[in-house]
Amino acid sequence: MKFVNHEEVAAKTKTRLTKNTLLKGVFAAATGFGLVVLAILLYRIVTQGSDYLSFEFFTSFASRIPENSGIKAAILGSVYLMLVVAPVSMFLGVGTAIYLEEYAKRNKFTNFIKVNISNLAGVPSVVFGLLGLTIFVRFFDLGISILAAGLTMSLLILPIIIVASQEAIRAVPNELREASFAMGATRWQTILRVVLPASIPGILTGSILALSRAIGETAPLVVIGIPTILMFTPDGIMSTFTALPMQIFDWTKRPQVEFHDVAAAGIIVLMGLLIIMNSIAVFIRNKYQKRY
Amino acid sequence: MKSAKYLAMSTILGSAVFLAACSGEDEANGSDNGSEGSGEELSGQVQGDGSSTVAPIMEAIVEEYAAAQPGVQVSSGVSGTGGGFEKFIAGETSFSNASRPIKEEEAAGLEEQGVEYTEVELGYDGLSVVVNQENDWVDYLTVEELKEMWVESGEEKTWADIREGWPEEPIEFYSPGTDSGTYDYFNEVILEEEDIVRSATLSEDDNVLVQGVMGSPNAIGYFGYAYYLENQDTIKVVPIDNGDGPVEPNNETIESGEYAPLSRPLFTYVRNDTVAEDPAVADFIMFAIENAGELAEAVGYVSAPQEVYDEDMATIEELAGE
Repeated sequence: MKFVNHEEVAAKTKTRLTKNTLLKGVFAAATGFGLVVLAILLYRIVTQGSDYLSFEFFTSFASRIPENSGIKAAILGSVYLMLVVAPVSMFLGVGTAIYLEEYAKRNKFTNFIKVNISNLAGVPSVVFGLLGLTIFVRFFDLGISILAAGLTMSLLILPIIIVASQEAIRAVPNELREASFAMGATRWQTILRVVLPASIPGILTGSILALSRAIGETAPLVVIGIPTILMFTPDGIMSTFTALPMQIFDWTKRPQVEFHDVAAAGIIVLMGLLIIMNSIAVFIRNKYQKRY
Repeated sequence: MKSAKYLAMSTILGSAVFLAACSGEDEANGSDNGSEGSGEELSGQVQGDGSSTVAPIMEAIVEEYAAAQPGVQVSSGVSGTGGGFEKFIAGETSFSNASRPIKEEEAAGLEEQGVEYTEVELGYDGLSVVVNQENDWVDYLTVEELKEMWVESGEEKTWADIREGWPEEPIEFYSPGTDSGTYDYFNEVILEEEDIVRSATLSEDDNVLVQGVMGSPNAIGYFGYAYYLENQDTIKVVPIDNGDGPVEPNNETIESGEYAPLSRPLFTYVRNDTVAEDPAVADFIMFAIENAGELAEAVGYVSAPQEVYDEDMATIEELAGE
């Protein structure tokens, strides 16, 4: 007696193999679709914008003449914005994650907070813009300043940072904490010397990805009403400013085709910034990641 | 920190006023060569917002002004005419760009806040009605025909409904979004506050309208003159008959007002109190009036007659106490 019915297997193998090939094709096509669209986008942007990309593009202000247009005010504005967003959102985000994971009791209320934070991550950015306009610009009377926009952006990316940090902290094995407690360490000592060092790669990766979302975000800035016509560089966090995505948005709406090309040059710079930030995130993850 | 900054700023402004008072005479006569500001180094912040149609002119003015008075930080947003007035009424801005005259309720809002304002004309724009290049039947449109076309009647409209002999093809409409001053102006002079056709494609980005009209032989759209000028090789402008024969929009007909009723002035509204109290605001607005004509032409709009600028200049100078 044979354990394997070779005839039946032979009959089924063919359809199974066809199915396998077919699905492989479908998934490859799915991947290819995204890649093709991305390639077309990159090709279009680069061919459009490369003529305007020069050293002067970074050192001159916006202008009515496309050839003289630059992103000096916009790029410095974006950098200043990040100088506010990064410390504020990381302090609040990591702090919240530590509290929720290490200190808070596991009860319904904590769960309720956690679910809400995850939901907040899905709220459209325009809504955060309205929140920022009402609270920071009008109520706290910060005006259309870097501080007001930075705080708004911090709120926007806070949920992402909290969730990423929670995951990172949760991934630290409990044995490490217990070992620390066994040595007589307090909770804070354990967090500072054991939990944070072990989870910092995950926290940083999440934070940098969140920051790169903030740097490309336009909607909240539009709602707050930050200007696009401005020919000076910021001189502090209370200064009025403009940001890179706003400047690009403004250029694409102009009637003159040349300005659309200038916008493309701006997009290249913004993409460059994003690629650099994301590469840093990948680098940190690969270099410091430890497996337990 | 903020109060220290204000103190420093008011000290600087105070001394600027003092200096201006000392050398008052040679300031009032604006120079004709354009890019010169007034003599003294001023400093301070001037904030504005408003129409995206006016934005290219304002950008050119701010650009030139930054070269003339590097100490004054002028900024202006592009929230649209209506959005700009909202901030203007809330006291967040000193000037507000508008592509239509101020509305009654906006004026009432300002009155409620006790704010007096001055209307300054920067230039003219001609709302251009355009059709596809393959459209060879439309030679001109009367204002009545335009209204008949664009007002919602409850049924689909074909070109044949507008004038006999035109093809029985449904018309496709492209219009600027309802937030824009361009829409408001069209609404006032053509639609006369009746509803716009429901099938119209509305977009805040005029380039989308250009694309739409380019894409269909039965399309009609309207937008600012600058957008027509940039695309005149790919779309066709329709002369408008307001009773005195068809008139095509161009620099002369727009400036003279012959291209009626679609020739419209572009404004910036200024708070009188900021002009009186802040020499930086006063100086910037005077600079704007002085150079608006030339710069409007440079960015694709039409200059207003010189008398209009002279009149506005006189008003502002009086407010500034010079």
